[in-house]
Amino acid sequence: MTEQRFSPLRLLVAAIRPIDPILFGLLAVLLGYAFVLMHSASPERIASLLVNAGVALAAMWLAARLSPQRLLSLALPLYAAGVLLLIAVDLFGETSKGATRWLDIGITRIQPSEIMKIAMPLMLAWYFQQREGHIRLREFVVAGALLAVPVALILVQPDLGTSLLVAAAGFYVIFFAGLSWKLIVPVALVGIVGIGAIVGFGDQLCQPGVDWQVLRDYQKHRVCTLLDPTQDPLGRGFHIIQSTIAIGSGGVLGKGWTEGTQTHLAFLPERHTDFIFSVLAEEFGLLGALVLLASYLLLLLRGFVIAAQAPSLATRLLAGSITMIFFTYAFVNMGMVSGILPVVGVPLPFISYGGTALVTLCLGIGILMSIQRSRTLAKS
Amino acid sequence: MTEFRTPEEELGRFRRRVLVAGIVALVCFGLLAARFYYLQVVRHEYFHTRAEDNRIGLVPIVPTRGAILDRNGVTLARNFAAYTLEITPSQVADLDETIDALSEIVTIDARDRRRFRKLLEESRNFESVPIRTRLDDAEVARFVARRYRFPGVEVQARLFRDYPHGEVASHVIGYIGRINLRDQDRIEERGDTANYRGSDHIGKSGLELSYEAQLHGVTGVEQVEVNAGGRAVRVMSRTPATSGSDLELTLDIELQKVAEAAFGDRRGALVAIDPRTGGVLALASKPTFDPNLFVDGISTADWNELNDSPDHPLLNRAIFSAYPPGSTFKPFMALAALTTGKRTANQAIADPGYFSFAGHRFMDDKVGGHGTVDLHKSIVVSCNTYYYQLANDLGIEGIAGFMAPLGFGSRTGIDIPGEAEGVLPSPAWKRSRFKKPEQQRWYGGETISVGIGQGYNAYTPVQLANALATIVNGGKVFRPHVVRHVIDTASGERRAIQPEPIRQLAIKPAHLAAVRQAMVDVNKSGTGARAFTGAPYSAGGKTGTAQVYSLKGSKYVAGRVTERLRDHSWFIAYAPADNPTIALAVLVENGGFGAQSAAPIARQVIDYHLLGARLDAPAREDAEAADTEADPHAEHDAEPSP
Repeated sequence: MTEQRFSPLRLLVAAIRPIDPILFGLLAVLLGYAFVLMHSASPERIASLLVNAGVALAAMWLAARLSPQRLLSLALPLYAAGVLLLIAVDLFGETSKGATRWLDIGITRIQPSEIMKIAMPLMLAWYFQQREGHIRLREFVVAGALLAVPVALILVQPDLGTSLLVAAAGFYVIFFAGLSWKLIVPVALVGIVGIGAIVGFGDQLCQPGVDWQVLRDYQKHRVCTLLDPTQDPLGRGFHIIQSTIAIGSGGVLGKGWTEGTQTHLAFLPERHTDFIFSVLAEEFGLLGALVLLASYLLLLLRGFVIAAQAPSLATRLLAGSITMIFFTYAFVNMGMVSGILPVVGVPLPFISYGGTALVTLCLGIGILMSIQRSRTLAKS
Repeated sequence: MTEFRTPEEELGRFRRRVLVAGIVALVCFGLLAARFYYLQVVRHEYFHTRAEDNRIGLVPIVPTRGAILDRNGVTLARNFAAYTLEITPSQVADLDETIDALSEIVTIDARDRRRFRKLLEESRNFESVPIRTRLDDAEVARFVARRYRFPGVEVQARLFRDYPHGEVASHVIGYIGRINLRDQDRIEERGDTANYRGSDHIGKSGLELSYEAQLHGVTGVEQVEVNAGGRAVRVMSRTPATSGSDLELTLDIELQKVAEAAFGDRRGALVAIDPRTGGVLALASKPTFDPNLFVDGISTADWNELNDSPDHPLLNRAIFSAYPPGSTFKPFMALAALTTGKRTANQAIADPGYFSFAGHRFMDDKVGGHGTVDLHKSIVVSCNTYYYQLANDLGIEGIAGFMAPLGFGSRTGIDIPGEAEGVLPSPAWKRSRFKKPEQQRWYGGETISVGIGQGYNAYTPVQLANALATIVNGGKVFRPHVVRHVIDTASGERRAIQPEPIRQLAIKPAHLAAVRQAMVDVNKSGTGARAFTGAPYSAGGKTGTAQVYSLKGSKYVAGRVTERLRDHSWFIAYAPADNPTIALAVLVENGGFGAQSAAPIARQVIDYHLLGARLDAPAREDAEAADTEADPHAEHDAEPSP
């Protein structure tokens, strides 16, 4: 910083220094998929995808430049602001498609639940950092409460998908912080048994009059159509049926770029957002899908390596949970479009169209880069 | 977790947990890869087919229905394009609301709504149903501008059937109507379902029904790529439709008009046949109806008016109603006498004015009788006594045996649907007709009334006309036909409907000549003379009067009862006498004496046919005046006195 003379080359080097080349390379591959698929699914959105990607990369770059400590210092204010905004949404939010998710702040509409996807792990990582060396049951109870408040606020919007993702993000921090297996295993067992029961008794549970108490009607339908999409082929089952037809008809090599009949004849619903994977599988086949799967796997691997080598408890927890968030997005989205998970409205990370989600995800990448850089700095 | 751990232990545990997370992620991705493999490799064929099914739709191309032309090329049935407003019920949430909203843009009256409801019941949910037909251009423009407000509602250009001559010849041409569930069953039975995919009209009566296969044409098909909304986005292949064939008739629409006009508002029927070919020149049934009413679905009011009318305008009297032939039966009886040898032409009887049989007197209509009557005179003056005796000599089996080959009592096979058989009475017929043994017995007295065309005799006008054609063409029985050519509209090829002689009767020309000579003299000096006064050609004819026995089954209508009690008036005629080109039978219901109302109609039709002009036949007022004058030539067939 003592260098006074202006030099474009030095500026460039300084600019790209925070960028982790492996993460950036994988991100470039995924964004490449996004542009290729968007050209087929919804070419008129290419320009706005370009803008979104630009904003997201800038956010990534900013996060990568900041030190992990600076980022963690934002945890509490970000979390507090997120919770307040969620309350505001529940009170004054705009309703669209039966759910109140948007808040109009004059210049633009924002979706506060998206903020929580990053704020939540940040907050919990910061909290565990504060209690480092004294992490006992009490700390896990407090962490659970910090997690439960926003999750509950999002759930009443109602937005099952996002609330599950936020809950998962928080849970990963708690898991990596060392929550006893004695507590994890029973919860996991209850979950498996519960899902098993729904699958086993789906026919009775999905009868029209049956009230599922905790879940709303539309959520019940999502689960029920997953169990038997043919029940309602032109209604709620349409998405899953058409999506599996698109994937299956793609075969090994696919029908070719922009040649997907399911995509281009509008059989595929939401083809530029949640169902963009079906476009990929239809046009590029099993090969295209496996290459994408491999790219995600490499991204996760890089994330886990960064987490394992992170210099502090908070950065470890943060890196581990962000990596698992990427995994969760990718698995839930591909699982739902291929018909093994219910349709919960989770985008395919880095590829589905949607500015807020892309910015959030790239912020996550930026944070990983920041953590990676702090390790190198700490070493040197 | 309460125990203290070193930072190294903490890091070690964290790394183990990262490993666990990594393994979970790997397993889950493995699960996805397995799922993709299952969908894209194992079940690829299945999903490939599903995707093709999704995308390819078959759209039927409805062929243009053939036109119907008369013998001179005058159009009797044709198509015209018009716009209809159609609703696809499955795509509309609230039908009533939609129709109400539409009625603010285009006129939709109560009748349209009722018809829509009726058609809705008969159609499947995903088929579009017309709410309004024949929109004008302004209405089309108004709707198109607001189309976005009406999902599931569309304007369609459709071909409509039009019968430019309206009521004229409607019983021959028939009409088409929307395919209903019964039609659908019939189409299925014929295995014609594919050809009617897309068609919404079908022939319901007349030639439209009997020549449905030729008129309809062959449905084409367009293979189109459809999107999820079911809209065609690209045509992949196309097999064009083959238009239906045109029909060219033997019927002369101008002659038909003359015939129908000649009836005035009297009820009855006329069948005119070219005896050389069996081609039908005119076939009228009065009163008639407007076939255009049926094309879009007839309204309940119109239907009730037609169906409930005591005049039964929908009834095709020419082929479906059977009447006793009265004295028009006599020339055929005379031929039977000559052919069987029961009489010679010159053999004469003395007519005392009655015929005694089994203690009963069968009366002649002329008190005191006609004096000496031979075969020729028996026809010219229509002498009953001659035929009472003859019938008795021939016996009922003899009569039935001679008449059956002439086509009496059996369908002629005319190419218009709905023909009745009539009744050629015989002991066998009576046995099958009645149940009680005492009713089944044939009585000798019954033979005697059959001899003068009364009793159980009942023939349709087309049977009588065709039988007459047979005796004036030398004994050839043709299957009468209305269609002369079936014209392939694509190639222009004209396929002729060949005259179809069913059989040649073995009747001696001399016998035929004797009967025909008597019929010519009927119009010169006999019962038909008044009607044919001044005709510049020579025509044969015979009057007849069919008795109306009872009013059973007919509604009491004040002011008409007396008229309906009157006898039916018959006249059969042919011309020119030496080489006949027309043979016809005219029936006027409750027309009284044959000479009085039926014969003038025959005269007008023959005049037009031979002279090409409407010559004023003896005015009808004349004939009516004659009623009171007791025309000496008028006949009245006596009822067998019990």
